[in-house]
Amino acid sequence: MASYIAKRLLVIPLLLLVFSIVIFFLIQAPPGDFMTTYSAILAGSGSSMDNEQLNLMRVDYGLDKPMHIQYFRWMGKLLHGDMGLSLLYMLPNTKLIGDRIGLTVLLAFFSFILSWLIAIPAGIFSATHKNSIGDYFFTVINYIGVAIPNFFLALLLMWICYDLWGLNLVGLFSPKYEMAPWSWAKIGDLLSHIWLPSLILALGGSARLTRIMRANLLDELGKPYMITGRAKGMSEWALVMKYPVRLAINPLVSTIGNYIPQLFSGSLVVATVMNLQNIGPLLLQALSMQDMYLSGSILLVYCLLAIVGTILSDMLLVWVDPRIRME
Amino acid sequence: MTDQKPLLSVRDIKVYFNLDEGTVKSVDGVSFDAYEGQVLGIVGESGCGKSVTMKSILRIVEPPGKIMEGQVLLSKRDHPDEYLDLTSMNEKGKEIRAVRGGEIALIPQEPMAAFSPVHTIGNQIIEAIMLHCDVNKKEAREICIQSLKSVGMSMPEKRVDSYSWQLSGGLRQRAIIAMAIAGNPRLLIADEPTTAIDVTTQAQILKLLKDLQRERGMSILFITHDLGVIAQMAQYVVVMYLGRVMEKGPVDSIFHDPKHPYTQALLRSIPSAQKTTKIKLPTISGSIPHPFNKPKGCPFHPRCAYAIKGKCNVNLPSEYIVGDQQYVSCFRYEKSEVNIR
Amino acid sequence: MTENKGSSYKENPITLIPDKEVSEEFSSTASEEKVSVASNWKLVWWRYRKNRLAVVSLFLLFFVLTIIIFPDFYANQYSEKTNAREAYIPIQKIHFLRDGKVDMWAEKLVGKRNMKTLAMEWVSDPAQPVDIKFFGKGFQWKFLFWKTERHLIVPVDTSERIFILGSDRMGRDQWSRLMYATKTSLTVGMVSVLISVLLGVLLGGISGYFGGTADMIIQRLIEILNSVPYVPIWMAMTAALPRDWSSEQRFFAITVILSLLGWTTLGREVRGKFLSIREEDYVLAAELIGCSKFRIITSHMVPTFLSHIIATGTLMIPQMIVNETSLSFLGLGLRPPAISYGVMLQEAQNVKTMAQAPWLMIPGLVVVITVLMFNLAGDGLRDAADPYSK
Ligand SMILES: Nc1ncnc2c1ncn2[C@@H]1O[C@H](COP(=O)(O)OP(=O)(O)OP(=O)(O)O)[C@@H](O)[C@H]1O
Ligand code: SF4
Ligand SMILES: [Mg+2]
Repeated sequence: MASYIAKRLLVIPLLLLVFSIVIFFLIQAPPGDFMTTYSAILAGSGSSMDNEQLNLMRVDYGLDKPMHIQYFRWMGKLLHGDMGLSLLYMLPNTKLIGDRIGLTVLLAFFSFILSWLIAIPAGIFSATHKNSIGDYFFTVINYIGVAIPNFFLALLLMWICYDLWGLNLVGLFSPKYEMAPWSWAKIGDLLSHIWLPSLILALGGSARLTRIMRANLLDELGKPYMITGRAKGMSEWALVMKYPVRLAINPLVSTIGNYIPQLFSGSLVVATVMNLQNIGPLLLQALSMQDMYLSGSILLVYCLLAIVGTILSDMLLVWVDPRIRME
Repeated sequence: MTDQKPLLSVRDIKVYFNLDEGTVKSVDGVSFDAYEGQVLGIVGESGCGKSVTMKSILRIVEPPGKIMEGQVLLSKRDHPDEYLDLTSMNEKGKEIRAVRGGEIALIPQEPMAAFSPVHTIGNQIIEAIMLHCDVNKKEAREICIQSLKSVGMSMPEKRVDSYSWQLSGGLRQRAIIAMAIAGNPRLLIADEPTTAIDVTTQAQILKLLKDLQRERGMSILFITHDLGVIAQMAQYVVVMYLGRVMEKGPVDSIFHDPKHPYTQALLRSIPSAQKTTKIKLPTISGSIPHPFNKPKGCPFHPRCAYAIKGKCNVNLPSEYIVGDQQYVSCFRYEKSEVNIR
Repeated sequence: MTENKGSSYKENPITLIPDKEVSEEFSSTASEEKVSVASNWKLVWWRYRKNRLAVVSLFLLFFVLTIIIFPDFYANQYSEKTNAREAYIPIQKIHFLRDGKVDMWAEKLVGKRNMKTLAMEWVSDPAQPVDIKFFGKGFQWKFLFWKTERHLIVPVDTSERIFILGSDRMGRDQWSRLMYATKTSLTVGMVSVLISVLLGVLLGGISGYFGGTADMIIQRLIEILNSVPYVPIWMAMTAALPRDWSSEQRFFAITVILSLLGWTTLGREVRGKFLSIREEDYVLAAELIGCSKFRIITSHMVPTFLSHIIATGTLMIPQMIVNETSLSFLGLGLRPPAISYGVMLQEAQNVKTMAQAPWLMIPGLVVVITVLMFNLAGDGLRDAADPYSK
């Protein structure tokens, strides 16, 4: 067990190395660099910079060096916990990302919990009331939940809230708390905002989970240990909740590994639509402005989050299933 | 034995499965009585409805299946003359749940999957104990260890925390027996407890069941394909075929003086220790009809050598007494009924 | 063991009766015999047919296919025809009856400028009918070498414009643009799935059939790809595309980018199937009589799970459509002048515009319906392809 965890943890740096190379290759691939974009913007706004100045800045930021040198410089800094400077914000990337990473994880975490909270009861109901009206209802909801893209659901809900109640559902804080330091009131404000994007994100995932849960549970309900349980004199409800539900959840746990990266993908899109202050909109901005170290750092952070999530889910699986644990 | 009142009386029970393709009459009028301290053997080919009959006694037949007719009567623990009608109880109610495990326990047919693989056997046995005895968790655990010991499991304190898949087939079967007797039942239904176990272990398990029966004065309903096991274990035998009882009687009468053509054929097909000649074992001709297409009349008539045309394939024979406690469901004995009672 | 001495049956041995009755009565019925000789594909179709929703979806998908092939026929205006004075025209009401007779017309929309907000407000005026008809003439379009001016639904007076689904910020007709968007988005979806499937079958097949090092490398690759969030990577990839690429180049690049990450699920499934089939007797038999590996794969192994691959592929298409739509919506996928669902939905990016012109969200609705149809058809196909793996 311990060696298994160690093995998994050891893989992380290796994976990150692979990702960092791929990511570096991607972020420096576009022709031109931040200075090109920057001068184009300046030109657009009327002012301008001559070539000499631009080149000076390039040398300053090391953008004139060959590619592999740039990569090693970046890597070297990363190993010291320095993600470089955002040319766009003129701030350290560590700070930019650090400010938003908490909210990124929180959003993903909330939607994860929500999707399970929805999926498991719905799956249990559907399986135990197979072919009832309720089962059909959940099936229809599931089909729609899978079919509706996250960002479109966000758009729809924002439109409905605006149209009906004049609410503008953007951001994670009320204007009052946006810039305020952390306090209980601010946390309360956050919680009152975060549930909607979490729900939007959770819906697609929970639809898939419900289907799996239903199928698993139907399978388990036919197993011989059900006869044993009934013959013991257990009430049907206690029996269903203790054995088949527990067993049907195991394979569900093994889907978490694939679900977590998807969750971060979805959160990026929803965050952009709803203008949530997490690293999603920041990435979009960095990519379109060619702020390469910022986008590179964010991409790396996304990969890291997803890997850690996947490993956590593997450990969870080991923990819930004694058959794997004992091997 | 005749004047004794039965512990359990199954009366003309019928269990049908309504499927899209048609109705499967798995159990179609089965009656027998089980007495206190007796081992009652039930034999029949695979699919003849043995397990379904047992499930109908406990009222745990799975959904498309339904008890259409008949009664299952169980004498009360304190008033043996009064009977509980199990068939009239609410399937999910408290009453029947107190009977399950508390009065009648079941050793299910598939020992491999009878335990949940993600809960320890201790957990599952303790649960059974707490359902029927008024004890706390710690006491239940003690009882559990005791009962594991009483079924001959070594190191019960350690094994109580193991998972079913960590145990060998024989140990697992012992654990199941421990769970079944945990609620101190008066009747134990053992549904083919020795299939899928090697011969040596099989003998041990049979001995264990016999010992437990003797110690506790339990009754056992013993289901099997194996006539040899029946001969060894049971005092009374019920022979089933296609959801009906063909013949029932004391074990000696059934083995030495079988009356029903099916029983006779069945006995002919078992190898005997006495027979040294190397003749091919006869098998019963024909195959068991598909459950949707159960033949009209006597269910055995398509395979019966004595079938009376116009009678056996039209009418159902009723049960005729042919000896002490011996009943046959065959028209050949319609007129030769002995009057004992 | 009991000895069978008092054997009454010895005198009356059971004679073996040939059970004619039984065998006739219980032998397979005619329909069962039909099943036994039907080809695998027929069986799949018979099972598929039972799922009514799946059949309806398949039927609708065939109809959608005609939109992909002839978008110009369904459109009635040039997709880029702009007119600032016809911006944000709401959905125009179409009537099928006039004075109790079958005759199609649309209510004309009259624009009035609200002097306070300075926005145009469109009022429908039933008194000014615009005649429309099916299969009338409009702009000329070409399919291969065939030129025609026919369109599904056009105004009788060719100088009029009708807005069946309203117009956008630049006065472009949503109905017509939706047809082109359908063509683009579904093509991206289907082609990228096709590439994914090819990649998945190829890599999964190599992995499962040859095993060893190749298997190890491919397995690790799948694991790595499965542990990254796709959207950020896709975004980085599309952002890396040269800006001066034409719409067509971008289109192909995005199709390929989508499929580069999408093959893993199928790769894994194919590998699994190969592993299980490798053990089966008929493959061993083929090997023993000296069939080449390639021949064994193509003529023995692939056909046994082709239906499964098709089902999985069908279920991947909607995901790819959603992916393309999301990326384009964020501005990192297809870009104007290309028209896709995502590009169209960019028009609906803020709440106020949506409130003013909710019809701008229709492309999103179309996405949902399309995805639904593919999912229903795919599920039906999967259940029909292997009914025992639920
Ligand atoms: N859940 C069910 N649905 C439909 N039919 C069933 C179901 N359970 C049992 N049956 C039918 O009832 C008949 C009797 O089954 P049962 O399990 O009682 O046989 P059995 O005598 O115990 O056989 P075996 O020795 O194989 O255990 C079978 O023919 C089967 O077709
Ligand atoms: S009733 Fe008829 S068919 Fe049935 S066993 Fe007796 S003789 Fe044979
Ligand atoms: Mg059975």
